[in-house]
Amino acid sequence: MKRKTQRMIYVGAGLAILAFAGLLAFFAIGDNVRFFYSPGDLKQLASPPTQSFHLGGLVKAGSVHKDNEMMLRFTVTDGAAEVPVVYDQTEHGLVPDLFAEGQGAVAEGKLGDDGTFVATRVLAKHDENYMPPEVTDALKRSGEWQRGRPE
Amino acid sequence: MSGWHRFANPTRFSRLSARILPWALALTIVLFAVGLYLALVGSPPDARQKDTVRIMYIHVPAAWMALATYVLMAVFSGMGFIWKHPLADIAAKNCAPIGASFTLLALITGALWGAPMWGTWWEWGDARLTSFLILFFLYLGYMALWQVFEDPEKAARAAAILALVGLINIPVIHFSVQWWNTLHQPASVFRRGGPTIDPAMLWPLFVMLFAFKAYFVSVLLLRIRAEVAERRVRALQMMQAEA
Repeated sequence: MKRKTQRMIYVGAGLAILAFAGLLAFFAIGDNVRFFYSPGDLKQLASPPTQSFHLGGLVKAGSVHKDNEMMLRFTVTDGAAEVPVVYDQTEHGLVPDLFAEGQGAVAEGKLGDDGTFVATRVLAKHDENYMPPEVTDALKRSGEWQRGRPE
Repeated sequence: MSGWHRFANPTRFSRLSARILPWALALTIVLFAVGLYLALVGSPPDARQKDTVRIMYIHVPAAWMALATYVLMAVFSGMGFIWKHPLADIAAKNCAPIGASFTLLALITGALWGAPMWGTWWEWGDARLTSFLILFFLYLGYMALWQVFEDPEKAARAAAILALVGLINIPVIHFSVQWWNTLHQPASVFRRGGPTIDPAMLWPLFVMLFAFKAYFVSVLLLRIRAEVAERRVRALQMMQAEA
C-alpha cells in the first residue's frame, strides 16, 4: 500500500472515530447543557432543584405588575406550564430594556416553598426576529403581531 | 500534474496569487465601504434593539467567517497531512491567525451586544457562548503547536491532527442553539423556513459577509506569499552557508 493511501485511511478512520465519539458524548451530555429550565421542563422533574437555577421562557402577556416602584412580579410561561416570579429591583438592579411582556426572559434564583420563583437576576432573551419599527407597526395593525405566541 | 495539484506548485501559486491579490484588495475596500455605510447609516434600526442591532453587521459575518476559516484550515491540514504538500501546510498555518481574529471579534462584539440587550456580557452556562470560546482556544492551540516544533514538517503534522480533531466543535457551535436551551438566539438567516431578518437588514448583512470574505482571501494570499518568500530566503541562505 502506498504511504499516501495509508495516511488517507488514517485521516478517514480518525474522523469516523471522532464523529462516533462525539455522538456518544452528545447523548451522554444530553439536556445537562441547558442554560435554563422552562416551566414545562420543571414540571417533568421528579423534584424541582433546591439550589439556584435559571428559569427561562416567555414573560406572559399581561402578567407584569409592580408591588411598588421596584418590586417586580411576572409569570414565565412556555405554553406547557407557568411559574410566577418575583424580582426586587432595589436589591438586584433594573431589568434590561429588552425585558417585556410576550418576550423571552431568563431569571436566576430559587424556587420558594409557595411555588414562586425568587429571582436574584433577570436577563432578557432576544428571539431570531429582526425587523424595523415600521414593519412591527404594520404587523400590529393587521393583527399578525405575535401570532403563535402563547397568550 | 493535474487537477488541484497544479496550484500546489509554489511558482504557479505565486503567479496566480499576484494576479488575484489586487482585485481581492480592491473588492475588500469597496465592499467594506458600501457594507459599513449600509450597516451604520443605510439600514433601519430594529424595532426592539433600536440602533444596537448594528453590532450584528460585524458580529454575524465575523462568527460565520470564524467557522468557515476553521473548516478551510482543517481541509488544508488534511491535504497537507495526506499529500505532504508544503503549500497546503502553509495555507492551513496562515488560516489560523485570521480565523482567531474573526473569533475574537465575534466574541467581543457579542459581549458588547449582550451587555445592553441581555443584561450580561458573558454567561458560562450558555452552550453557544462556551463552544465559541473553545473555538478560540482551538485556534490558539493550533498556532502554539506550530511554534513547538523546529521542523516545519513535524509541526505541520501535529497541528493538522489538532485541526482535524477540533472539527467536531463546528457542528456543536452551529447546532448548539437548536439542541439545547440557550440564552443566545437561534439562527436567523440559514434556517428552515427562510430568514427571519427583514430584507432591509439582510442585504447589508450579506454585503458585510462578502466584505469579510474578500478581506479573508486578500490577507490569506498575502500571508502565504510572505511565508513562501521567507522559506525561499531561508533555503537560499542555507545553500550559501553550505557553499
